[in-house]
This record gives sequence, structure tokens and C-alpha cells, in this order.
Amino acid sequence: MNMPLLEVKNLSISFGGLRAVDDFNLSIEKGQLYGLIGPNGAGKTTVFNLLTGVYKPTDGAILLNGRNITGHKTIEINRDGIARTFQNIRLFKDLSVLDNVKLGLHHRYPYRTITAVLRLPKYFKQETAMDERAMELLKVFDLDGEAATLASNLPYGKQRKLEIARALATDPVLLLLDEPAAGMNPNETQELMDTIRFVRDKFDMTILLIEHDMKLVGGICEELTVLNFGQVLKQGATKEVLSDPEVIKAYIGE
Amino acid sequence: MGKLKKTTKQELITCGIVVLFYIVITILDKTGNLKSHTKGLLVPICYYATAAVSLNLVVGFLGDLSLGHAGFMCVGAFSSALFSVAMKESTMPAGLRFFIALLIGTAVAALFGFLIGIPVLRLNGDYLAIVTLAFGEIIKNILAAIYLGKDEAGVHISLKSFPLQGEGKMLINGAMGIQGVPTDSKFLIAMLVLLITLLVIYHMVNSRTGRAIMSIRDNRIAAESIGIDITKYKMLAFTVSAAIAGTVGVLFAHNTSTLTAASTYFGYNVSIMILVYVVLGGIGSIRGSVIAAALLYALPEMLRGLGNLSNYRMLIYSVILIAVMLWNWAPAARAWRERVFKSKNKQKQES
Ligand SMILES: Nc1ncnc2c1ncn2[C@@H]1O[C@H](COP(=O)(O)OP(=O)(O)OP(=O)(O)O)[C@@H](O)[C@H]1O
Ligand SMILES: [Mg+2]
Repeated sequence: MNMPLLEVKNLSISFGGLRAVDDFNLSIEKGQLYGLIGPNGAGKTTVFNLLTGVYKPTDGAILLNGRNITGHKTIEINRDGIARTFQNIRLFKDLSVLDNVKLGLHHRYPYRTITAVLRLPKYFKQETAMDERAMELLKVFDLDGEAATLASNLPYGKQRKLEIARALATDPVLLLLDEPAAGMNPNETQELMDTIRFVRDKFDMTILLIEHDMKLVGGICEELTVLNFGQVLKQGATKEVLSDPEVIKAYIGE
Repeated sequence: MGKLKKTTKQELITCGIVVLFYIVITILDKTGNLKSHTKGLLVPICYYATAAVSLNLVVGFLGDLSLGHAGFMCVGAFSSALFSVAMKESTMPAGLRFFIALLIGTAVAALFGFLIGIPVLRLNGDYLAIVTLAFGEIIKNILAAIYLGKDEAGVHISLKSFPLQGEGKMLINGAMGIQGVPTDSKFLIAMLVLLITLLVIYHMVNSRTGRAIMSIRDNRIAAESIGIDITKYKMLAFTVSAAIAGTVGVLFAHNTSTLTAASTYFGYNVSIMILVYVVLGGIGSIRGSVIAAALLYALPEMLRGLGNLSNYRMLIYSVILIAVMLWNWAPAARAWRERVFKSKNKQKQES
């Protein structure tokens, strides 16, 4: 049997009268790089917020590895195996780059507060292990040189990468990236796309990403879902979706 | 690896300053160079520094504005003083009695912190400040109104004064408070409490617990997204902070023989005074809290000795407050400091 890693069934949510996501279905296989696209206000970020328990769906179900996680709280969903980044970057700005990633490792190294207060050997052991693991992750994103820098002092592009590193530190099975290339110049974007592909291969990760720019998405995603006014406009292999007249119309009509 | 060393260094410097202060004062005292007025300031300096450090955990590291610190001090003071007064006639050695009093005051304040934290920590920003302020005032006012006495018929508690039957004793006498509290708070003990507090807070802040607490301050939504249990860490920070405020209360109570729940000691103005220490010392800077508390507590007292000028002491005090505030927070001053102390500042972010 071949169970999809993520299966979303008939997911809907209304804000007052607005049906921001309407009867949304999605199925992602393990190891896929999947794209979610659509014009402004289509409901893409809302799908992420539903998947991560920020909003409770009015209807529908979310299955991760066949397990129903609908209605789980945000912190539970992270432990279930979904990690995300945010469209408008959300870093721990007054903490160092290293500490941002170490926060992602919070549950992997669960020594207790009393262990820290008494500085028992376990504290030093786990902190050292955390430092090493965090540095490894930072290296993947070429941020190891800035480990001691405050997150808010990083240039924009690196902040986006740090957010991905922090999400990966929680050891997810599914990574959600909300417009990771927003605000980047074409060079940075190209580099980021390479990194995303690298992450998928190195960590054997499944990635669902939102992107505004269809050209970018065309470069790295294997499959796409196009959202428009909260509804699925088209779903399928990237090439076919992008050449679909309806999709083109939705974008030009924007 | 290097990071562990750096935070440890910060910690050692702060504790070093405190120990050095103790040594200098002791030498001055032994050589007869300390006025008795100054001696009287030593214990309060230690406990207000301790109070500031503990409040900093909530205000600076958790990022919540709490104005109820004096209320927790009040709880710690009364619970411990009650114990000490009750045990005064027993054969228990004074040292042990005070040690138990410290534990009781700390534990009772921790319990109050925990219980009050449950409803209060759901609130944010201004609401949290107002509600904690109200809680502090309620605690203080209740303790100022209680009459607790023990006589042949047993223990009585009331909000009105009552006569005792036969051989009896008023333990809490309404607004007159608790009388005959043994004055067990000594400079050495107050200093040790401060040092232990510093170690606890430093060790907590520089651990996964401290990072989790700071992540809530920096970005709550992101913290949740990586699985940080917001409620748990908020409660933890708030309870630890309240517990230490309770310890401060114990030191306070055993530094005067008559303990009253007066506004001068436990009112919201005291909470705000401690908050001023935290803010002026630099929010999130542990060492800053200690130094600011010590200097700002001692300053108005010292200004008393200025002869004619002493009429202006509150004016001088205010001017100094404003100057320190500008030095710490005005953008121009910060930029200037950044340029001049660039390397130093980088390390300071860890403290
Ligand atoms: N909490 C909320 N309350 C009310 N309306 C909301 C809420 N969140 C989202 N919406 C609405 O839902 C719709 C979809 O928003 P969403 O942020 O998901 O769009 P998006 O596809 O991510 O757009 P963009 O490309 O601009 O990021 C919008 O009309 C938005 O105003
Ligand atoms: Mg969006």
C-alpha cells in the first residue's frame, strides 16, 4: 500500500461570511516538492494556518501519515511532524542565530530546568550536543559564520534561511514554506531554490511551498495546486498546470 | 562551546562584583569606617537587588509587565513572620528557625504566584499589568485587615478586632501587623540570598528553559510553531519570580521587629520602584538590575547627608533617574555607546 504523507480532505474555513478555503483537497507523497500557488488573497497562507492548527477548520480532515491530526493544537502539530516558516519572517530577533536554531532543538534535548539550575553534567552534555547539531544545520544554510549574531541583525535573505534552519531543527517529516523567496533578488532566489532542493535530498524531506512567482515554482516543484478565491482551480504535474489556460487567465486577470 | 564560556564569564563577573562589595563593606565595618546609618542600608540593598533580578525574569526575559511584585513580597513576609513569631519561644535554634522561615516565605509566595498566574497569564500587555497590580493591592489590603489570635479557646481569625480569652496572644493585629518578629536578617544572609538568586536566574536564562522563555517574548507565534509550550514556560517564569519575591519578603520581615502591610512597604509604588530598577538597569540585564537597585536604593538615603542640599534630594534623585534613563535608552546615547564600547556591548547581550 502506498499511503500519502499528507492527505487533506474537504478542508474548509469561513471567516464571517468569507469562505477563505473552500473544500480543499490535497495529497502529497513522501519526498515530494509540492507547490501551492495562486493570486493574492487566494487562501494559501490560510491553508498553512489550518495545517498547523493556528485555525480550526470548519470542515474537513487532515491526515499525516494516515493519522488524523485535525484539531490538534499548534504545538502538538509540530511534535506530530509539521514545521513551517512564515510569509512575514518571524524570528526570535533578540536571540542569537545559534539560539534560534537551538530553540528548534528544544524537544530533542529535554533536560529539566533543575538540571540547568544545578548545572549537572547532563546540562553540559546536552548543551554541547545541541550546539554541535545547531552548527551543522547552520552550515547547510551557510550561516555558521554568523552563529553569534543577533537574528535581527542578519540581512533579509539570511533571515529567511535561518527560519528554514530553525524549522528543520524540530526534525519534521513535512516542511511548509510560505513564500520563502519573497523579497529576495533573483540571485538570492536562485540560491535559495538550490538550497531547498538540497534540503529535500539531504534530509529526505517532504516540502510544501507557497510561491507567488510561477516561474520559480516551475523550476523546482514536481506538482502544483492552484488556489483561487479559496477553491482549487487546478491540480497536477507542474508543466500541465502552468500551461492550463484557466490558470493563466486567473493570473492575468489578477 | 565558546558560548558556554562566555555566559559563564558574565555570571562570574556579576557574582564577583557582589562578593567584592561584601568584602569592601566588611573591611570598612571592621575598621570602624561605617556609619550605623549606612549599615542599616546593607540588608535592604541586598533584598531590593534580589527583587529586581527576580522581576527581571518576568519583565525582561518573559516580556510581560507585572506590577504585583510587592504583593508576593508581602505574602512571603507575613507567612514567614507568622512562623518565626510562633516559634520564638520554642527551643529551635535561631539559625534553623530563620532557614525554615526562608523556605516557608518562598514556598507560600510561589504557591500564590502559581495560583494567580493561572488566570492572569492569559492576559497580555496592559491588561496583565493592571490585573497584577490589583492582585498585589488586594493581598496587601487583606493582610492589613486580618486579625489572627491564639488563646485558650484556640485560634481565631477575623476581619474585626476581638478580645482574647485568658492567656492569649495576637499573632496578626490588623493594621498593626505582626509584632516581635525576630530580626534575623543579617547582611551575610541577605548577600547569600542575592548570590543564590543570581546563580539560579543566570543558570535558568542560559538554558533551554531560558531560551523558551525568551522565545515567547520575541515571537509567540513562532515559539508555538516550533512546539514551545507557552503556558508552561510563562507559569514557570512567573512562579519562580514570585517565589524569589517571597524570599525578599522574608528578609524584609526579619529586618524589622514590627511587620505591617503598609503601602510604603508593600504597595504598588514598591512594585513600581522595583520595576524602575529593572528598567534603568537595562531590561534583560541581570547585572544591570543588581547595580541599579543598589545605587538607586542607596542614593536618596545618601543624599540625606548632604546638609543644605538634602532639601533637594528628591529633585536630585529624579534628575539622576532621567539622566540614567536617557543614557540607557535614548537612541543617540545608545548609538554613541555602541560606537565606543562596541566589543563590550556584544558580550553584554548575553548577560
Ligand atoms: N484571521 C482572519 N480573519 C478574517 N479573514 C482572514 C483571516 N485570515 C485570512 N483572512 C482572509 O482570507 C483570505 C485569504 O488570505 P490568505 O492570507 O490565506 O491569502 P494568501 O493566498 O496567502 O495571499 P498572499 O499571496 O497575499 O499571501 C483573505 O481574503 C484574507 O483577508
Ligand atoms: Mg499568504
